[in-house]
Amino acid sequence: MTTKPVLGAVDEDAAPLTHEQLRELYSLMASVRHLDTAAVAWQRQGIIPGYAPQLGQEAAQVGSGYAVDRTRDFVFPTYREMGVARAMGLDMVGYMSTHKATWHGGMYNPLESRFAPIQAVVAGSVLHAVGWAHGQTLSGKPDGERGVAMTYFGDGASSQGDVHEAMNFAAVMKAPVVFFIQNNGWAISVPTERQVAGGSVAARAAGYGIPSLQVDGNDVVAVYEATRSAFAHCRAGNGPVVIEAMTYRRGPHSTADDPGRYRTLEEERLSAGEDPLERFKQRLLDDGIADDAFFALAQQRAQEEEEAIRGGIEALAPRPGAEMFSLVFQEPTPTLQSQATAWRKESEHV
Amino acid sequence: MEAEPVLQLSMQQALNRALDEILADNPKTVIFGEDCGRLGGVFRITDGLQAKHGEERVFDTPLAESAILGMSVGLAMAGFHPIPEVQFDGFAYPAINQIVCQIARMNYRSRGTLPMPITLRVPSFGGIRAPEHHGESLEALFAHVPGLKVVSPSSPHDAYHLLKYAATRPDPVIFMEPKSRYWQKGPVDVRTAAPGQALQDQALPDAGMDDGGRLTGARVAREGRHLTLVAWGAMVARCLQVAELASEDGIDVEVLDLRWLKPIDAEALAKSVGKTRRAVVVHEAPLTSGLGAEVAQLITQHCFQTLKAPVERVTGFDVPYPSGDLEDEYIPNIDRILFGIQRVLEYRRG
Ligand SMILES: Cc1ncc(C[n+]2csc(CCOP(=O)(O)OP(=O)(O)O)c2C)c(N)n1
Repeated sequence: MTTKPVLGAVDEDAAPLTHEQLRELYSLMASVRHLDTAAVAWQRQGIIPGYAPQLGQEAAQVGSGYAVDRTRDFVFPTYREMGVARAMGLDMVGYMSTHKATWHGGMYNPLESRFAPIQAVVAGSVLHAVGWAHGQTLSGKPDGERGVAMTYFGDGASSQGDVHEAMNFAAVMKAPVVFFIQNNGWAISVPTERQVAGGSVAARAAGYGIPSLQVDGNDVVAVYEATRSAFAHCRAGNGPVVIEAMTYRRGPHSTADDPGRYRTLEEERLSAGEDPLERFKQRLLDDGIADDAFFALAQQRAQEEEEAIRGGIEALAPRPGAEMFSLVFQEPTPTLQSQATAWRKESEHV
Repeated sequence: MEAEPVLQLSMQQALNRALDEILADNPKTVIFGEDCGRLGGVFRITDGLQAKHGEERVFDTPLAESAILGMSVGLAMAGFHPIPEVQFDGFAYPAINQIVCQIARMNYRSRGTLPMPITLRVPSFGGIRAPEHHGESLEALFAHVPGLKVVSPSSPHDAYHLLKYAATRPDPVIFMEPKSRYWQKGPVDVRTAAPGQALQDQALPDAGMDDGGRLTGARVAREGRHLTLVAWGAMVARCLQVAELASEDGIDVEVLDLRWLKPIDAEALAKSVGKTRRAVVVHEAPLTSGLGAEVAQLITQHCFQTLKAPVERVTGFDVPYPSGDLEDEYIPNIDRILFGIQRVLEYRRG
């Protein structure tokens, strides 16, 4: 069995991106860059307690998220998919509320957003994607309405047993899942070569008979096109696809991280490759698709958007403590109800 | 001719019949796990269900517990009611991450928008001289996890009704089947609710073996005046035997079948022990931090004034579940339970 690239045939009909779409992709990346940088600043300013930046991963995130059809697909993110969330049009205050420590998982409704709750066990939700995707197969929905699950994870998470179980299950069941790996070079302090045996995550797919492809994760159009053809492949009933987007995580793993302990700034500069945002801007300029006025406007909109989100975040009050009790079960247990009653009585929150 | 509503069934047959009816009642239920399709499960609990309901509703998965449970999460997100099976109790350990971190939390994380109506069937406890990891008692582990409910039937009748009940609930239920009781026959009243209708509010038909049909709490398996034996699963039958023997010595033992290990029916405990004023908890699991401690505390809390002796525990030991030759030494036997009764009856305040 060899690693086959995704069958081109399944998306032969796909039209190339229009100029308007290309400009939209840029605007999304600019918004994500701005919001991401701002979120790190918010953490330093004490507005949020923590954040997982994705500087340098904008193309991988926006390009893949842009391929999602929110009327039928479902995304299973990690804790670092802010750019995907933004590209999918999520309520970003709801998204950021996890980082504000307002609520684990985010304050958005996953059934509406098609974006599963954020959760911290790496690879934990990779299997959920397989289950959800198999649900599409079982659903009896007509071909065109069936969705595809896209699950995101990192090179570090790819070492988890759940990823291997997920790939095997998906392949055996021909589940419509796109395994989207953002290989950003590092887990926390451990680089890919000390993390991933077998050369790459994509290379492993061959062992499961899953077509895979590595894509330049700094090229938003390449990422979009790879994702789009993977979705087409899944929709056509061909089973799962593995995409490994090669990116680089610039800066720290999280706002609590100190990358100076495991790499130098010089190494970072040399390894990071081209800045995906600058690179795309240059391409749009070269192709005459956008001009300076467009970029200035995109930047201004990104800033306005970020300010509005910051306002929303700052306005987020802590959730009423009663929710701690009332959202555990659909049908709360008597014990839990009496704990809630006691808590009400003994705290001053009544 | 009207079907005879009370049938003589083994617990295996009762569970099989319940699953058959669940599949017929709710087109969203799916049953899956290792060998549960063609083979009908190693205990034949799912016997014939695939042939009758199709390979999409009842299917064999690859051999990976984490994936089976992780897949359940995704299926529940897609609107299904998964009834996964873990083949033996000890193989729930490889799936603990998915059970604890994912299944149990998804409702909370998603603020109630992603309920997890998953019924995890686990053939549980010892007594069949099986190899290692085929005789574990995981109830305390599961009951300790916020977001899970735990139930264990002790008779074919309860097995039938509790499984049907569990499978209509919107929260995850761990259904612990006492595998040593699979082949014991008993009367099962199979008059049930209309298809799909929740059983909670209606009286369970009592064929003389149930306390008025409540499916949500404990059940007095035998009335008595002098002392309450509290048990669940396979230990209920043993306690009933012990009660018979004790009655020959004029000791009138009440046996309380706890059934729900989370939530525990504290009211039933208080009522029974309030009357008998003495209690012995019997379980197969190791002593330390076992559920017996929880039961004893609830009894103390509710019956402190009337208790004539400290609550006693007769349990397994703090050792790995032993091999078949030793399991009769490990599982509370009639003598050890009788000693426990004696300690409680002879207790004198110092
Ligand atoms: C099961 C598990 N173990 C450990 C951690 C702590 N942890 C959080 S992120 C991380 C590194 C993850 O690296 P990778 O999967 O490559 O994703 P990246 O953060 O680089 O995007 C670790 C070890 C965790 N979240 N989950």
